[in-house]
Amino acid sequence: MQCLDYPFDSALILKKKRALRRELSAHEGLVPKKIAILSGSTVGEIKNILELFLLNAGIRPEFYVSDYALFYEQLMFDADGALRAFAPDVIYIHTSAHNLAQLPLQSDTPEQAEQKFADECARWQQMWKAAARFGCPVIQNNFELPGVRIMGSLDAVDVHGRVRFINRMNTMLSEWAASTPNFYLHDLCWLSASVGVDRWCAPAAWYAYKYALDIQYIPVLCHSITNIIKSIFGKNKKALVLDLDNTLWGGVIGDDGPEGIELGPETPTGMAYSELQRYIKELSDMGVLLNVCSKNEDAAARRGFQRADSILHEDDFLCFKANWEPKTHNISAIAGEINILPDSLVFLDDNPAEREIVRQHLPAVAVPELTVPEEYVRILDRGGWFEPVAVSEDDRRRSEMYRQNAQRSAAQQSFGDYSEYLRSLQMRCECGAFDAEHAERITQLINKTNQFNLTTRRYSTAQIEARMHDPEYLTLYGRLIDKFGDNGIVTALIGRKSETVLDIELWVMSCRTFKRDLEYAMFDRLVDICRSAGIRTIMGHYLPTAKNLLVAEFYATIGFEKISETTSGAADFRYEIPEARTPLNQVMDTISL
Amino acid sequence: MNEQQIFDTVQTIFRENFDDDSLILTRETSPEDIEEWDSLEQINLLTSIEKQFCIKFTLEDVRSLSNIGDILDRIAQLCI
Repeated sequence: MQCLDYPFDSALILKKKRALRRELSAHEGLVPKKIAILSGSTVGEIKNILELFLLNAGIRPEFYVSDYALFYEQLMFDADGALRAFAPDVIYIHTSAHNLAQLPLQSDTPEQAEQKFADECARWQQMWKAAARFGCPVIQNNFELPGVRIMGSLDAVDVHGRVRFINRMNTMLSEWAASTPNFYLHDLCWLSASVGVDRWCAPAAWYAYKYALDIQYIPVLCHSITNIIKSIFGKNKKALVLDLDNTLWGGVIGDDGPEGIELGPETPTGMAYSELQRYIKELSDMGVLLNVCSKNEDAAARRGFQRADSILHEDDFLCFKANWEPKTHNISAIAGEINILPDSLVFLDDNPAEREIVRQHLPAVAVPELTVPEEYVRILDRGGWFEPVAVSEDDRRRSEMYRQNAQRSAAQQSFGDYSEYLRSLQMRCECGAFDAEHAERITQLINKTNQFNLTTRRYSTAQIEARMHDPEYLTLYGRLIDKFGDNGIVTALIGRKSETVLDIELWVMSCRTFKRDLEYAMFDRLVDICRSAGIRTIMGHYLPTAKNLLVAEFYATIGFEKISETTSGAADFRYEIPEARTPLNQVMDTISL
Repeated sequence: MNEQQIFDTVQTIFRENFDDDSLILTRETSPEDIEEWDSLEQINLLTSIEKQFCIKFTLEDVRSLSNIGDILDRIAQLCI
């Protein structure tokens, strides 16, 4: 919903929250999640507005709110067991500098001031350790800078200074977040600075209602927290679709020619476009997939990227659609070609008419409202569309992997027979039980995969680790390597053993490796493992979502018998392991690790 | 802005805030008459009013405004 995209009209959101909630709750396909808010100050309206942003991100939250300002006691002791009973999917600790128990005083000796810092670090770290026992992601605000400074600039330097104290607390907190799995820092310090400390800290809001920020910035806060939560659950965007004329450069390349467009350090506007290209290049290196969708002659459009001062080059893009087709057609085609859903796309275009058409016809695509070139970078940045909670090596190599896919499909053209083509890829599937080394990637894969996902169950790293060590569970991941490169870990399966029956509670495969027979190789391996474990029956389940129709009949295609089906489309399947069987996979080698 | 205009504007703010187009206010309407008008909502209402009229309530106002009549009078004072 556009009013929940940057830049917000905070007053409108606060005023219309009931109507917005009604409208957003009516959307289909919302994923339920339990969010525990631990309060260091008043959170009432924060909960209400956070709900709107989460709904807008496709998440239907159920909230638990701790008693006022009892975040520490609740996380440490949970005396009434309420938080454990709630079984949160996410814990958000909404604290601020008001929750620092000890700050240095001018009358302190340097040793006393130093002791306060050590005590405060110990207190928070103890609480974070305690929070980990709930086995879910924990989001922790860092601390905003103080609104007043007794010592002025020296406050940042002197041992008695609160600015120095808070800066050191924040450094400690970032180091903690960097080294603690499932623990995420919410950068309240940056957020409040972006608004301005004077505006963020409203003394009246604190004295009268115990809000640790001015009420009008609650939407800004909630949007920022939502960016982390949606990233944890794999709901951030994956690809950018870019217009060219007056979006990536100034002017119209078809009219002005490559020398005539504005780009580069010679003009102020040219600098603004270069800065946008630099930002987009960085996004690409973080794993965001770049594509072009422009109304232009193809050859003319490409010449823009051949300029010596162009930061983006043709080979930075996966799909390059410069033609006169409607943009909605091209955007759908791009989604199809790189095999992702339209709700993973962000479309950047300076033309309000094009934006409106895309919003109307492809409502799942995010369309930031661009204003003037000097603001493009900020608008794209503040949208938070691509915000990651971790960036893996696989993420950084993502564009390269998709490019290899393009080479594969080019290779496919030269083969008449599809299985002959698959054999020509010289594929190798490496599979093994989940292990600590791969737990993070496996969790990410499970939580991000929507299409080839039989049950769409989501798991935290802690839940994955628990299954890894539980003898009742059988886990299997698969990595696919071929002559064009390593696709990384792209498939995972979890089954629960009960005597001679294995119940598959999860099976996912990345869309990068559809139609490669990898699912056959995985199933062959699973059957082998089951045989040696004395398992005779494998049960499979299909739970329908808006996105996994692709695999509704998957179990039937690999030899399962459908034993029941509900009106909503959920189905159970059974496979009796035969004495002898021909492996389904005939195109790749399987290596068990 | 005259009294009637202030009243109409405040009524619109209340209707939007509580997502109820049939809401009718009087000078005597207080948090006891509208179920969802609690202390949390009071903050929102005052913030919306501040924005709409370009005024700023003081810390003291927050505690003392207890019904619509109080709010209308205070807006009129601050708008001069």
